[in-house]
Amino acid sequence: MDSGFGQTLLLTFQLAAVTTVLLLFIGVPLAFLLSRTQSRFKPILEALISMPLVLPPTVLGFYLLLAFSPRSALGNWLVETANIRLVFSFAGLVIGSLIYSLPFMVQPIQSGFESLPKHLREASYSLGKSVWQTLLRVELPNIKPAVLTGIVLAFAHTVGEFGVILMIGGNIPGETRVASIAIYDEVEALNYGMAFTILALVYTINRRMLRTA
Amino acid sequence: MIQTSLRKALHAATGPMTLDIQLDILTGEFLAITGASGSGKTTLLRLLAGLEKPEEGRILVDDTVWLDSARGIQLPIQERKVGLVFQEYALFPNMTVRENLEYGLGKGQSKVIIDELIGITELEQLLDRYPAKLSGGQQQRVALARALVRRPKLLLLDEPLSALDNRMRERLQNYILQVHQAFSLTTLLVSHDHREIFKLADRVISLRQGKISQPDLPETVRYANVSDGTFRLSGEVLQLEEAGSGFSVSVLIGTNVLRVPATMEDLRRLQPGDRVEVLVDAQHAMLIKA
Repeated sequence: MDSGFGQTLLLTFQLAAVTTVLLLFIGVPLAFLLSRTQSRFKPILEALISMPLVLPPTVLGFYLLLAFSPRSALGNWLVETANIRLVFSFAGLVIGSLIYSLPFMVQPIQSGFESLPKHLREASYSLGKSVWQTLLRVELPNIKPAVLTGIVLAFAHTVGEFGVILMIGGNIPGETRVASIAIYDEVEALNYGMAFTILALVYTINRRMLRTA
Repeated sequence: MIQTSLRKALHAATGPMTLDIQLDILTGEFLAITGASGSGKTTLLRLLAGLEKPEEGRILVDDTVWLDSARGIQLPIQERKVGLVFQEYALFPNMTVRENLEYGLGKGQSKVIIDELIGITELEQLLDRYPAKLSGGQQQRVALARALVRRPKLLLLDEPLSALDNRMRERLQNYILQVHQAFSLTTLLVSHDHREIFKLADRVISLRQGKISQPDLPETVRYANVSDGTFRLSGEVLQLEEAGSGFSVSVLIGTNVLRVPATMEDLRRLQPGDRVEVLVDAQHAMLIKA
């Protein structure tokens, strides 16, 4: 057990925590809009959000790598204007994880919203409450289990991701080397004992978190 | 006075139809709306509440314009001050009875109204319970009280009692009558139950295919001509009761209720819901211009 091991675990859960919190703020409004809209574009948006479910992670990671690369228009623009480099960096991992875990946050919350009878919100509106007040005081409190499911799934899924991260993050200790990469690395080096230790540890921590949630 | 004129295309189970309604409602009136399912009753209520938009129409409440499609005015439901009660109760499951009621309070509104409503609807014992722990009748009492917290002038009841058994229904009807009078409300009630309508409403309109149908005139008055000295009116028995030394039967004819003297024999033969014909002796029929 060296300091690199602790660093790897810390980084893994940091990534999962940052991703989950950001996803909560992105996912709830998105799920709310999707549950409410009758726009023709709804299926397109839903398909886009679900993309990570059907696309192999390495393929998704490859696309992101191309997009974020300083040689691409987007990557170049980010470096030039904001000096943000998304390939082989923690920020890049967060963006990748956001996209990768988005459906796991959005879908449970969306179906939570859709399962609420519309009379509830109509009653709230008739009592003079705005859409915003109704969302915060009536709708969200009544779909708490769905929100929790979204949080737990997004967190666990981010901890477990591999393909996307390997593609855009590589294996830089303290920056992009998360548990799944470390396990892969140790296995490659025929260091099975170490690989198993990391695995068991991540599994235990993750499980405990799911339990408490 | 509420003046409405509304038009909206609907897709009913029977196919497309157009809701087209001109309706004036007096302040303080208790108006019942009846009609087959899919005839547009609920839509009419939702249009008044502002939960749906008509293609064309106007709603004028006293001197306030709630809706005027020609001038592009459409007051949102939050500003219409209507009390709304659904068949499904629609209480907020995450709040206790008291919290459900207090949720309806406006900014800075005093809580006095809540205590008053709790008293009228007798909710004292239930205040700390969650809706899931209440019976249907109890839930609907809470829903009724909650709908009145903002002191609306217009109360819209969409089949509020259809999910309740008869005994519960009668109790709830009393509560509804009580609040209608206590808060001088104008109340619209969608209902299928003639007895309920008879007990509560001052006036009833019937919707058919999205339009206010003439109260079955051709059927009710078979013989408009009184040369033989009798009217023959067909209607439905609403209620049988003792009246003084004899008995009487209330019969719904079109939108009017006629109380007809009856014999013991009639009472044995008839029960509410029966179709009957009422023969009226009219030797001296007179016309008075309304």
